[in-house]
Amino acid sequence: MAKPTDEHFDPMSHVVPVSLYVTIWAALMVFTALTVFAATVELHIFNIVVALLIATIKGTLVVLFFMHLRYSTKLTMVTVVAAIFFLIIMFSLSMTDYLTRAWSTSIH
Amino acid sequence: MATSDMGDIQVAEHALQHHFADMEQQQETSTFGMWMFLLTEIMFFGGLFCAYLVYRASYYQAFVEGSQKMNIWLGATNTAVLICSSLSMALGVRAAQMGKPKLMAVLLLITIVFGCGFLGIKAVEYHEHWVNHEFPGPNFHFETGDPAHAATDPVHTEIYFSLYWAMTGLHALHMVIGVGLVTWIIIAGLGGAYSRSYFTPVENVGLYWHFVDLVWIYLFPLLYLISKKHGGG
Repeated sequence: MAKPTDEHFDPMSHVVPVSLYVTIWAALMVFTALTVFAATVELHIFNIVVALLIATIKGTLVVLFFMHLRYSTKLTMVTVVAAIFFLIIMFSLSMTDYLTRAWSTSIH
Repeated sequence: MATSDMGDIQVAEHALQHHFADMEQQQETSTFGMWMFLLTEIMFFGGLFCAYLVYRASYYQAFVEGSQKMNIWLGATNTAVLICSSLSMALGVRAAQMGKPKLMAVLLLITIVFGCGFLGIKAVEYHEHWVNHEFPGPNFHFETGDPAHAATDPVHTEIYFSLYWAMTGLHALHMVIGVGLVTWIIIAGLGGAYSRSYFTPVENVGLYWHFVDLVWIYLFPLLYLISKKHGGG
């Protein structure tokens, strides 16, 4: 039955060293400064690409290390992938509608 | 150590619910459940991000003009404050993992201070927008420079501000709830509720806090940094 005192059970065998958390924090701060700086440079359409790329790098660091996804079960990883997957479906299907509406007005 | 291990065992026995085989299964189930909740939160915020995407694609110039009313330095400071709060939260969860409730309480208190700092700075920004009539509704007023050559309709800038208030407001609400949850964890932790073998609520509140940080990581560039070079500015 229940074995709450199981010697082998260590719910977080991965106690991450403080230095790793501080490194992630430093990286997040650097990327924040970088994204503010990048916004002052004229890159035309690539301004938004750079901004979202930096945000995604920062988000990935937060999810993998602060949220321990790197050390989580496959089930948890699948849950996160499912969230991204359905988010992409919502964005892409919505935009295929809105971005293609002008065609019909030009035809008429 | 022996007494602390005994304490651990007692907390673990108390914490293990009868429908789980062992603590490991209970912990995994709990983490999975928390991530499922966060998935619904991602879709919840995702709806607003989708609305943002649609209107930004339609009224890009109006969004540029609206975003130029943002105080980038306050926004960047708030981003840094949230990242610092996430660090102290991660270290607080780590302290809980190692069975150090007092260290955990101190680190989570620092997290609350950063969280309240974020809300304070946000309140200053909200006040600025409010007195500048940048709140959607009957008092909304937006100058588009020379009206004869105005490229944008103030109504479209109002849409930008509607999304700004809705998205940052929902985010701020999550911050307020987060501060409440962290307070609960501190009180429970100091009361001896957690140990090295049972700290699931700490881990899950940590996940929630980092998720709220994650939302802001996207809100900041999308609302504040649309473009500094485009438009009238």
